Amino acid sequence: MFRNQYDTDVTTWSPAGRLFQVEYAMEAVKQGSAAIGLRSKTHIVLGCVNKANSELSSHQKKIFKVDDHIGVAIAGLTADGRVLSRYMRNECINYSFTYESPLPVGRLVVQLADKAQVCTQRSWKRPYGVGLLVAGLDESGAHLYYNCPSGNYFEYQAFAIGSRSQAAKTYLERRFENFADSSRDDLVKDALMAIRETLQGETLKSSICTVAVVGVGEPFHILDLETVQQMIDAFEIVGEQEGPAAEPDAAAAADQGGSTEEGVAPMDI
Amino acid sequence: MPKQQANWSPYDNNGGSCVAIAGADYCVIAADTRMSTGYNILTRDYSKICKLADKCVMASSGFQADVKALQKHLAARHLIYQHQHNKQMSCPAMAQLLSNTLYYKRFFPYYSFNVLGGLDNEGKGCVFTYDAVGSYEKVGYSSQGSGSTLIMPFLDNQLKSPSPLLLPVQDAVTPLAEAEAVDLVKTVFASASERDIYTGDKLEIVVINADGIRREYMDLRKD
Repeated sequence: MFRNQYDTDVTTWSPAGRLFQVEYAMEAVKQGSAAIGLRSKTHIVLGCVNKANSELSSHQKKIFKVDDHIGVAIAGLTADGRVLSRYMRNECINYSFTYESPLPVGRLVVQLADKAQVCTQRSWKRPYGVGLLVAGLDESGAHLYYNCPSGNYFEYQAFAIGSRSQAAKTYLERRFENFADSSRDDLVKDALMAIRETLQGETLKSSICTVAVVGVGEPFHILDLETVQQMIDAFEIVGEQEGPAAEPDAAAAADQGGSTEEGVAPMDI
Repeated sequence: MPKQQANWSPYDNNGGSCVAIAGADYCVIAADTRMSTGYNILTRDYSKICKLADKCVMASSGFQADVKALQKHLAARHLIYQHQHNKQMSCPAMAQLLSNTLYYKRFFPYYSFNVLGGLDNEGKGCVFTYDAVGSYEKVGYSSQGSGSTLIMPFLDNQLKSPSPLLLPVQDAVTPLAEAEAVDLVKTVFASASERDIYTGDKLEIVVINADGIRREYMDLRKD
């Protein structure tokens, strides 16, 4: 994407019918460190890579509990993500207060999407620069949604966002058909493997990733470091036998920039 | 035509009594389960006790609709606290929150007479007693509700430390063991049920200690 004369305001259309400011906001998501989500019929697992600014600093919090039955992983401007998490928490609390029952995820993501859309149609606002993977349980089962700065949202069986997420997506694409009937532990294992794909060579340890689970009979919670490390150790041995999943991901490398050339505006996909 | 006075009140009194006693490492909170209006009984099986946090329980008598609203409000605020601080609210913190919440409606109060009981950050029992608009105090024991005028003097007699001015010099009251405190509560409610028409049916006792929270019931007079 290159600078052009239609990209200054979010309220300016380009002749090709695109809102560049919104597309730039989606670029911000791609620059953030990776976050992945996958679901079975009864559980959803969220994972993210912990990127710290320097060795001296702590890493940013990218996974938030929204309610017992909903959690969110973010990629992009974490400050925007924090603010949106606070909004989501508030909505859940208010809904429970009024209806004495948990807010259905499907409703929450629509509210989130509408909130994001507002920022694409006000000259004094800017779009949120964060992508959210919303994991939630409701009466119809386990759900995973992706909320975009554009105000679009999609439901997924598994998804990855952020930098080097294409590698994780490739891994998930190969395996997603089995996820629906996976056990909870297998799902977590798959999440860790997907995270490992985004690290491209770097060793996977519990200190550089965060994993959270929500499922039937299991309120949303972030797994502690020891549990995660144990799971990593358990499959590391098996993992080495898996062929280098980073095949010619040269195609994947040209990933992020590729889709936003001419042609289809990304928000429409 | 003589001047008409308003005869609709937004409040009602559903009666009942609550008691809380703090010990060295436990806290007992109890309330009867009768809900009434006027001279009628609405139900014999309504809990006036609400767990607000891991180590913090509130018992409230008065207008139960206001009590319910107050409990829901505090529960929502506690959730927000947990999201922001990643931990449960301590009993003293909840005590202050309850006071502020009550005073917030100083000019249309919650008709709710509360006792808050639990363990403080050091694991010692604590009881806080309130009026309807949030004035509160940390005490060793307290009672509220329709039977409190009958119950409080008895608790004073059993639990209040003697004045140091009395001769011969006496030790401070021996701190009660948990089982003794529970027995005292049962005695106190049995007595209150005899004379207070709004107290009776069943007694619900909640005990908080280092092991967690435990609930117990005892039948009371049904008349």
